Amino acid sequence: MTVLINIPDTAAPGEIVEIKILIQHPMETGFRTGLDGTLVPRDIIESLACLYLGEEVFRADLYPAITANPFLGFHLRADTTGDVEFIWTDNAGVTSREVRTLTVS
Amino acid sequence: MTLSRRTAVTALLSLPFVLQSGSAGATPDSMQAALKDFTGGAPVTPERVTLKIPLLVENGNSVPLSVAVDSPMTAEDHVEEIAIFNEINPLPDTARFHLGPRSGLAAVETRIRLNGSQTVHAVARMKDGSFWSATTDVIVTAPACREV
Repeated sequence: MTVLINIPDTAAPGEIVEIKILIQHPMETGFRTGLDGTLVPRDIIESLACLYLGEEVFRADLYPAITANPFLGFHLRADTTGDVEFIWTDNAGVTSREVRTLTVS
Repeated sequence: MTLSRRTAVTALLSLPFVLQSGSAGATPDSMQAALKDFTGGAPVTPERVTLKIPLLVENGNSVPLSVAVDSPMTAEDHVEEIAIFNEINPLPDTARFHLGPRSGLAAVETRIRLNGSQTVHAVARMKDGSFWSATTDVIVTAPACREV
């Protein structure tokens, strides 16, 4: 699974930084019929959370109406140097995690 | 009162507008139910939220959406949740975004699927429990969701 995370390496204290994340995922809706006439089982990312300094900054609940390879853009107010964690879970309960470090000076 | 030719013609010409304004406010029941579920029946004011979607979409499989809420995003006054609803996809729920004072700015973007031309709704819940909303009409030429 490929994940692209766009977050600046450094920020000034109090600066609002933009974060963009793109996850490679089919986001199969569970409403489509395959070539054999049966429903293709649902396979979607159900939630994505962003934690900064151990605290939740942003969380998204995703539904089948989100595109394949979901993209999310949101913001974060820089405080002190620390980890920015991205945790997402699919409807089978599989959790993935990525970490970036934001240097604040 | 006698019905003059002019009155009759004016009435006839205004008929489509009357019919159109009547149908524009009617939205499918499941979406209204989902919206009511989110707000708990609280009043929703159509202000402070900006919902940006292209008015004409060629491919319903990938529709860029950005939503922003006018809020200082402080610990005392911030957006707690933004919900996106659609009218004619199989599910009315599209996405929910949970924010907080650490977000700094209440602006989120994503890409959604739309199963045809419809009105997309964004509703924001503030920390004080008030609800604010915005809607955008979208024309989709190639719908998503159902095709193989």
